[in-house]
Amino acid sequence: MIEASNLTKDYGEKRAVDDVSFAVRPGIVTGFLGPNGSGKSTTMRLILGLDAPTQGDVTINGKHYRDHAAPLHEVGALLEARSIHTGRSASNHLLALAKTHGISRRRVDDLIDLVGLHEVGRKRAGKFSLGMGQRLGIAAALLGDPATIMLDEPVNGLDPEGVHWMRNLLRQLASEGRTVFVSSHLMSEMALTADHLIVIGRGRLIADTSIDDFVRKASGDRVRVRTPEATRLRELVLGQGVSVISSEPDVIEVEGVTSQRIGELAAEHRIVLHELTPLQASLEEAFMELTREDVEFKSVAA
Amino acid sequence: MNAVTPIVKIPHLTERGHVTQSRVVASEWTKFITLRSTLWSLGVGMFLTLAFPILFATVTGARWGQMSPHERADRNPLDIALAGVNVAQLAIAVLGVLVITGEYSTGMIRSTMLAVPKRLPVLWAKLGLYAVVSFVLTLPAVIIAFYASQAILDRHHILQISISSSGVFRSLLGGALYVTLVGVFAMAIGAIVRNTAGGIALFAGIFFVIPPLMNIFPTNWNNAISRWLPSEAGRQLFALTRDPNRYAQWPSGAIFLGYCVLAIAIAAVLMRRRDV
Repeated sequence: MIEASNLTKDYGEKRAVDDVSFAVRPGIVTGFLGPNGSGKSTTMRLILGLDAPTQGDVTINGKHYRDHAAPLHEVGALLEARSIHTGRSASNHLLALAKTHGISRRRVDDLIDLVGLHEVGRKRAGKFSLGMGQRLGIAAALLGDPATIMLDEPVNGLDPEGVHWMRNLLRQLASEGRTVFVSSHLMSEMALTADHLIVIGRGRLIADTSIDDFVRKASGDRVRVRTPEATRLRELVLGQGVSVISSEPDVIEVEGVTSQRIGELAAEHRIVLHELTPLQASLEEAFMELTREDVEFKSVAA
Repeated sequence: MNAVTPIVKIPHLTERGHVTQSRVVASEWTKFITLRSTLWSLGVGMFLTLAFPILFATVTGARWGQMSPHERADRNPLDIALAGVNVAQLAIAVLGVLVITGEYSTGMIRSTMLAVPKRLPVLWAKLGLYAVVSFVLTLPAVIIAFYASQAILDRHHILQISISSSGVFRSLLGGALYVTLVGVFAMAIGAIVRNTAGGIALFAGIFFVIPPLMNIFPTNWNNAISRWLPSEAGRQLFALTRDPNRYAQWPSGAIFLGYCVLAIAIAAVLMRRRDV
C-alpha cells in the first residue's frame, strides 16, 4: 500500500508535482498514466525518498521509505533514469545491492536467470542495450522479494518479446498479491496491464479510477444511428447540449443523448432504425480527452 | 538475448535480513573491487610510490661523483625514499573523488540509495574502506621504497640511514598517513561536488594552486597563512626535519585531520539533504 497525501514538489520556480493525493492498493496493477513531463517520475522519486517533497507526505506500508529497516524487502523499484554503474558487470551490480541486506549470491544468480541475462551476466553493464538494461533493472527490483513493486516506464526500449514478457510479469506479480505500481505515457500499454488508473497531467491529479470507469467517463454518451430517415431523426434529437454529426447520408452520430432515449424517440415517431450503437471511446481517445489541457509540450500546427 | 524468456515463478526469499553498517561495508567492498578503475588507480599509485625512490636513488648514485659538495648536502635519503608520495597522492586523490562521483555520473547512486535510504552508512563505509585500503597499501609501499632506495645507495656507499634512526620510521608512517588522509579528503570533496571533473579540479586547486599563490604575500604573512593550509600542514606529516615556519609533525597532522573532518561533515549534511 502506497499512500500519498498532498504531495508537492518544486524544482526552483517550476512545480513538478502539485498537491497530489492517492493510494495504491495491493493485489492489483495500478497504472500511473500521464503525458511526458507530467510528474510521474518525480512522484515515484518522492515515494522512494530520492527527492524530498516540498510539501505533503508519502508512505509505503505505513512508513516513509527511508525508515524501513529492510527497504529492498519492502519495495522493488525500476527507475526510468539509468541506475547502474557502466563499469560493473550485471551480476556484480546485483551482488553489491544484495549484500546491503545480506541476500545470498544464489539469489543473484536466480534472478539473472529469471530475467534472461544468463549469457551476459559477467559482461560490463555499459555494453548493454536498453532492453538488457531494463531487464537488469527488473532483476534489481525483484532482488529482495518485495511486497511492493514500482516500475517507471518499464517497457521503454524493450523489443516486442520483451514487452510481452513484461506484461506477463506484472500480471504474475499482482496475482501473487503484491502491490504493483507502474507508470507509462502509453494508454494502450495500461489497457493491457492495469486494473486501476491514476492519471496526472502537469503535476496535478486528473483521475483516480478503474479502467472501466475511466473509459465510460471519458467517452461521454455518443451514439451512432443508422436510419433511412436520418434528417428527420436529427431534427427530433437536437436540443440543448446535443450535437449531431453526419459522416454518411444514412448515419448520424449523436452526442448528449443516451441510446435509450434515441430509441424511444424513434419508436414514438415511427422511424425505422437499422443500427443504434453506443460508442465507447478507445482508451487512447479517453486519455487524450482527459489530458488535452494538461499536455506540457503540445504540437502546434505550423 | 534468448528468443523466448518463459515466465517462471519468482522464487521467494526465505531469509530476510535488514540493512546494517557492516553489510553496507560488505556491499561497498564488492563495489570497490569490481571496477577496473579502482585496480588501475591503486596499481599506478603504488607503482609510483616505489618507482620514484628507485629512480631517484639510481640517478643520485650514478651522479654522486660529479656532484658539488653543496649539491650533495642537499640530498636527503628520506626525501628520496618518500619521493613517490607526492606523485602517488594524486592517484589516490583522483580515485577517492571517482569512487563517489562515478556513482553520480552513471546513476548508480540511485540504486545505492534505494538499498540504503538512510544514506550516511554508505558515506561511512566508503570513507572507512578507502582509508584502510590506502593505508594498508601505502605503508608497506613506503617501507619497501625506503629499503629499495637504501640498497641502491648502499652500492655507492652514500646517504645511508637506518629505519631505527630518530624520526625515520615516524616519517614513513607519516607519509602513509598523509596519503590516507588525502584520499579521505578527496572523497569528501567528491561527495560535496558530485561531479568528477569538478571534484578533481577542486582538489587540485586546494593542493596545487593555493599553496604557491601564497608567495604573493610578504614572507611573514605567507608563513602565518601557509602553516594552516591543508596541503602544507599535511606535508609536515612526512618531513624528516622540522620546518621552523610550520607547526611540528603531529600538530600539523591534526590540522590536516581537522580539514578532513570538516569536509566529511559538509559532505554528510549535503548527502543527507540533497535530492539524487
